[in-house]
Amino acid sequence: MTLPRRAHPRPLDIQNGRVDLTHGGGGRAMAQLVEELFIAAFDNEALNQRNDQGAFEVPGGRMVMTTDGYVISPLFFPGGDIGSLAVHGTVNDVAMAGAKPISLSAGFIIEEGFPLSDLKRIVTSMAKASKDAGVPVVTGDTKVVEKGKGDGIFITTAGIGIVPPGVEISGDKARPGDAILVSGTMGDHGVAVMSQRESLGFETEILSDSAALHTMVAAMVAAVPGIRVLRDPTRGGLASTLNEIAGQSGVGMLMEEALVPVKPQVLGACELLGLDPLYVANEGKLICICAEEDAPRLLDIMRSHPLGRDAARIGACREDAHHFVQMKTRMGGNRVVDWLAGEQLPRIC
Amino acid sequence: MKYIDEFRDGELAQSIARAIKAEADPASTYHIMEFCGGHTHAISRYGLEDLLPANVRMIHGPGCPVCVLPIGRIDAAIWLARQPGVILCTYGDMLRVPGSKRLSLLKAKAEGADVRMVYSTMDAIKLAQSNPDRQVVFFAIGFETTTPPTAVAIKQAQALELKNFSVFCNHVLTPSAITQILDSPEVRELGTVKLDAFIGPAHVSTIIGSRPYEYFAEEYQRPVVIAGFEPLDVMQAVRMLVRQINEGRFEVENEFARAVTRDGNEKAKSLVADMFELRRVFEWRGLGMVPYSALRLKEPYAAWDAERRWDVPQDNPGDNKACECGAILRGVKKPIDCKLFGTICTPENPMGSCMVSAEGACAAHWTYGRFRDLEKSE
Repeated sequence: MTLPRRAHPRPLDIQNGRVDLTHGGGGRAMAQLVEELFIAAFDNEALNQRNDQGAFEVPGGRMVMTTDGYVISPLFFPGGDIGSLAVHGTVNDVAMAGAKPISLSAGFIIEEGFPLSDLKRIVTSMAKASKDAGVPVVTGDTKVVEKGKGDGIFITTAGIGIVPPGVEISGDKARPGDAILVSGTMGDHGVAVMSQRESLGFETEILSDSAALHTMVAAMVAAVPGIRVLRDPTRGGLASTLNEIAGQSGVGMLMEEALVPVKPQVLGACELLGLDPLYVANEGKLICICAEEDAPRLLDIMRSHPLGRDAARIGACREDAHHFVQMKTRMGGNRVVDWLAGEQLPRIC
Repeated sequence: MKYIDEFRDGELAQSIARAIKAEADPASTYHIMEFCGGHTHAISRYGLEDLLPANVRMIHGPGCPVCVLPIGRIDAAIWLARQPGVILCTYGDMLRVPGSKRLSLLKAKAEGADVRMVYSTMDAIKLAQSNPDRQVVFFAIGFETTTPPTAVAIKQAQALELKNFSVFCNHVLTPSAITQILDSPEVRELGTVKLDAFIGPAHVSTIIGSRPYEYFAEEYQRPVVIAGFEPLDVMQAVRMLVRQINEGRFEVENEFARAVTRDGNEKAKSLVADMFELRRVFEWRGLGMVPYSALRLKEPYAAWDAERRWDVPQDNPGDNKACECGAILRGVKKPIDCKLFGTICTPENPMGSCMVSAEGACAAHWTYGRFRDLEKSE
């Protein structure tokens, strides 16, 4: 008998094939999926050893670890997809501690019947995002659930990183008088996703801002190690994130509506849908709270980075026993900018 | 942004505010009710209260279609959503409104009912086309603004011979509600609520025009200014009303001339008149039974009427007794006067309708303006 030269005589039929339960069963079909799709795409020394874990060198310092789950619909949207989003989101969660991201893990929960071509598209995009960011996916996991028990694909990730000595960034460090900065326009990601989900044909295509922010953060932290707070305003948008920080730090905040950058097309889409861009998700933006005197320097650094060109100082922290986030409106009045209650739902008229 | 920025110019707002202050007689107090939730929302979201002098008081009216729907109709929609084979679809802000037993369409969805959010009635038609083996029910709510799109959907269903599409009709009429408020004992006899003038609806008026308000202005001797929902529209309307009150006039003026004419949209009006008829009486949350204040489908369109297709329950369990939504919707009380406000009733856990919709008076005050109550108490 002649043994086949390859472990899997027939390669995966990416174009027409679909994920079935054997792809998650731990046998040959799963090994083939992992080898021909995941390892081929993520391709790095730690992963290529095919262990159940990835081993790698780490520099000295404090370590951070984060985990996240991605359950987005639609899976593909203008400016990204669930794969690149999973990498960017996790890299950013690590970076918001001022840390240098070292490596990622990725767990895939795939619904039976999911087209292999879509899976390949997602994995390829994820691998590119990871390579562009210089943060490898060193270990992973694949499970397949029966049809009807998933929503196409879910991805869970973990990320680890190292915090340089002297950096102590945390959500409880904002103080009255500190400046509040944002790295760019608010609401791009949420509106891009919504425009696809609801099949709304806007005249101008709005792209998601999904991006890995760690290189910009590295430059900011190198210049101002004493940054108080960094956070990416993802779900719940700018408003919810500021409320979170205000509560953690025990301060109030006052921002100025006229200073908050929002793209006109995002503002237009929000008007149409009855949404407030302050509550719409971002995936490639950060909020930075720093001492007032550090603000100009940090703004210069952000603005000189391609992902921070529209960076702006939008307000300041202040004493407030109620920890209200308030906003001076363009009209000259004041209002509370509250937590988002549930999900933003479009108004009827 | 074209057509938006022009109506959100801070400097212009300040100059209108100065004009209002100069024109408002310090010896008088001006009580102005904005009927529409859109205006309530704009006043709160842009902090317009801060721009008005203390003797110009804004009273939030009942004009949020989500808020005025009684619990029984929400329960009926949930009942419909739970019927075998039904897909119930509606506009986004209806999903969270609690019916009786704290149940909402969102919760019914979590329990397995097929409830979908749509942006337009055409989305509902598409759902019916793509699910021929299911019954698609559109939970239609709203004032005169959202009625024509419902009519268009029914026409479309008729043209496509869609047998699996129907409408649970809850469309209500603005003028009847204003009459009910002005005829209420608090306003007419007891004088506990002073209403000097009205800011008239924006979107509603694009359909029905400004003519229907001429009757109020004359009969009840209250000036009306139809205004858009942008902050400068509201400020300008307040200025026009202060001037009318000062001059003893009670006319209908149109600040929203860029979208509203005296006669409105004839095509939309005739479409609605062709398809709908008045209900003899319909219950409004907060206002009670209001005669000739809602629409139902006429007999020739019975095939598309969910209430005729199913034996939809007509019970109404009534509101939580401690909830002051009724009085707040009539302008008798302010949100802060309700014991539940901000204690057990918040946007996360709404007890009454005024807290549910973003345009409700309580939600708007809690979300944007509650710092004022704390400032006053400190």
